[in-house]
Amino acid sequence: MKFGVIRFPGSCDDVDAQLAASRVGEAVLLWHGDRDLHGADVVIVPGGFSYGDYLRVGAIARFAPVMEEVIGFARSGGPVLGICNGFQVLCEAGLLPGALLPNVGLRFRCLQTEVEVLNADTVFTRACEPGERLSIPVKHTTGRYYVPEHELHRLEADGQVVLRYAPGENPNGSARDIAGVCNEAGNVMGLMPHPEHAVDELVGGSADGLKLFASAAVAHA
Amino acid sequence: MRARVLIRPKAGILDPQGIAVERALPALGFSGVSNVHVGRMVELDVEDAGQLDDMCRKLLANPLIEDYEIVASGA
Repeated sequence: MKFGVIRFPGSCDDVDAQLAASRVGEAVLLWHGDRDLHGADVVIVPGGFSYGDYLRVGAIARFAPVMEEVIGFARSGGPVLGICNGFQVLCEAGLLPGALLPNVGLRFRCLQTEVEVLNADTVFTRACEPGERLSIPVKHTTGRYYVPEHELHRLEADGQVVLRYAPGENPNGSARDIAGVCNEAGNVMGLMPHPEHAVDELVGGSADGLKLFASAAVAHA
Repeated sequence: MRARVLIRPKAGILDPQGIAVERALPALGFSGVSNVHVGRMVELDVEDAGQLDDMCRKLLANPLIEDYEIVASGA
């Protein structure tokens, strides 16, 4: 079981994601300019400010050489998890529906949040119970999830809304309190909270984030 | 050709930057201002202006959340 964590210029949560994944499997870093996933079974697109977030968050990273490989991998059913900036990149790449807009309050939000697992049947939530609450931190300025209203209904009906901020916890004004979504096939998921920062109760506030990594390992086994 | 691409949030999508600016103006004594939206502008020289629309759709704007307008600004 091998996780590949992408490192773009400007990524900053790549090492935390690698350390988190290494608790449940082998984890290597993948360089953005490298057209090779080096045999990864699961790809993680981490948080940070890829390519400086110039132009628009995630807009330039989606054209990185390694992303061509990630897109092919995802389209053939390979599990891909985008965290924060990685979520923004996967939306820009067309692997996930929607886009992330500036937080309603225009502020950088950095706090522990409670999220509810709505769909426990995806590659990254299989180790969770439906309705389970996870305590995971967020830290972002551009995390307000948006899809047009008609698509919002479809996403909810199809179980593509995987995580929702618990009542009163929405830090950014996301539509329907959405914290994480997956693609139709369920193998690609993106979320704004940072599970890689919640893998150790001593420093993470909780170890709930580990469940997402463990889910991928269970799914692979 | 020198061109300008004006990119703005799509109508109907909440634009907190526009709202913040709209609220700041009266505080400075400017009245009668409404419908403020904040976007961005990309200026570029292009040999083939026919490619501009494609550039906008693929990179310069995200058509899901933004409208764009291409303005020629001279040779």
